[in-house]
Amino acid sequence: MAELIDLVLLGMLAATALRVIFLRDLFAVVMLFGIYSFLSAAIFVSLDAVDVAFTEASVGAGISTVLMLGTLALTERKEKVTQHKSWLPLLVVITTGGALIYGTLDMPPFANPDNPVHHHVAPRYIEQSPQEVGLPNMVTSVLASYRGFDTLGETVVVFSAAVGVLSLLGIRRRREPASGLASESDNTGQADLSESDPGLRAHEVLRVIAKLIIPLILLFALYVQFHGDFGPGGGFQAGVIAAAAFILYALVFGIGSGFQVVSPNVLRWLTPFGVLLYAGVGVLCMLMGGQFLDYNVLASDPVHGQHYGIIAIELGVGITVFAVMLNIFYAFTSQTERVGQ
Amino acid sequence: MIMLEILSGFLLAIGVFFGLTGAIGLFRFPDFFTRVHSASVTDSMAAVCILAGLLLQSDFGLTAVKLLFILLFLLVTSPTASHALAKAARHGGLLSIPEHKHSVKGQD
Amino acid sequence: MMSVVLDYYNYWIVVFLMMTGFYVVISANNLVKKVVGLNIFQTSVFIFYISMGKVAEGTAPILAEGVEAYSNPLPHVLILTAIVVGVATTAVGLSLIVRIKRAYGSVEEDEFQDQDDLI
Repeated sequence: MAELIDLVLLGMLAATALRVIFLRDLFAVVMLFGIYSFLSAAIFVSLDAVDVAFTEASVGAGISTVLMLGTLALTERKEKVTQHKSWLPLLVVITTGGALIYGTLDMPPFANPDNPVHHHVAPRYIEQSPQEVGLPNMVTSVLASYRGFDTLGETVVVFSAAVGVLSLLGIRRRREPASGLASESDNTGQADLSESDPGLRAHEVLRVIAKLIIPLILLFALYVQFHGDFGPGGGFQAGVIAAAAFILYALVFGIGSGFQVVSPNVLRWLTPFGVLLYAGVGVLCMLMGGQFLDYNVLASDPVHGQHYGIIAIELGVGITVFAVMLNIFYAFTSQTERVGQ
Repeated sequence: MIMLEILSGFLLAIGVFFGLTGAIGLFRFPDFFTRVHSASVTDSMAAVCILAGLLLQSDFGLTAVKLLFILLFLLVTSPTASHALAKAARHGGLLSIPEHKHSVKGQD
Repeated sequence: MMSVVLDYYNYWIVVFLMMTGFYVVISANNLVKKVVGLNIFQTSVFIFYISMGKVAEGTAPILAEGVEAYSNPLPHVLILTAIVVGVATTAVGLSLIVRIKRAYGSVEEDEFQDQDDLI
């Protein structure tokens, strides 16, 4: 019965992706991408990957869709009709697809417990991580403790994405005249956009509901952050959900009010703070006699040391991801303040 | 206990029915605003009925509380989403079918 | 025959999605659509890895009472990292598109590609 759900969801996914090829209206394409992301999150749940489903739903269907819509607001909405011949890409795609399907016939059957992938490394972690790290969620224990280096690298990648977006776009904080390629505004002037758009005052329902929902979203983000040890969750999902709360505020009340609530200066300090916290925990472990990111030395009992280390680094990850997502959103939305864009 | 099972099955069936009619309406209705209404039926009624049915099937513990929270959250946000959609279309200038006929007739 | 289809259905759909995303990337003219195709491609790869980690009759890899078989947690960790890195590259790619629009006036590839051959 569970296979039927799997089959149907994958079929819907294929239909959604196929439709993206033929649509010219980019707004509809982005919406279909959001649906695609949600459907893949549902497939991840049915394939028992609950942490991954959480991350895909919040990051793929949430942040990616918002950023693409922000880009569409700055560029055109419809794709122009092209004069390309499209048989060459089709030929390439069919050949590659055929070769890949021929390759998948050699793979072991789906979901069989005797597959080689379940036999060499995974049983060691499934059996020993409850004793060595002491957390019920094995994905968090592998992500934060056994493979902590990679997660540090991942946090740095997120941080460098913020650096890239800020150096390309920058956050505009004053109304500038539309004069060619304006430089990135990194000044420390006051936020001039403090008056919210008068048109937004007419949106009573949205404002009331937003004010009702935002504290609950933040509470849920904190829950996901600290409950990631016992259930699905962790730093990434929590950071994205917390950023979504402030994005909702900025969307409903205007970007000026958003800047007053969480100003870009605060974000500029928060973004590297998370990475520093993470690396700082590693250095602290070195100072206390262990190796870099070896949490066993953080407390008298190794398992407690692991708990402290994991909570600290997940906090660092959550802070950085929150600040980065909000930074990127501010960078995209503040571009539309330019006159005539 | 059998009463709870029957009630839960009944609610699940009603939820499925509303979901189906919402999807069919999305294709068959002629106008944007009527389609938004049909989609909002799926969002509000179908989700709420299915969640209520699942609520009756779970034991009195953490699962039931989580389901209740999800139900309340959906009750608040689904109508808001449909409202935001219809309002955005109105703001962009979309007319419903009677208004469209009226404006076209007025131009002749 | 039915068992063969059920065994490989996941992988065949993944290959189909991969090729759909690939086709959008190489044949679309608009840059934003290319980025959407890239994301479709990436997500299909995630589904591939997660399908490989699934164990029949297993549950999510969270320790619980009375559970004997867990799905493999290692692909989950890998894909978690991959999703976050994917959104980071998407954000940078989209900001590049905004700058291209500002510099060349269009995000359709055949319109600005000629302007770029000045080197």
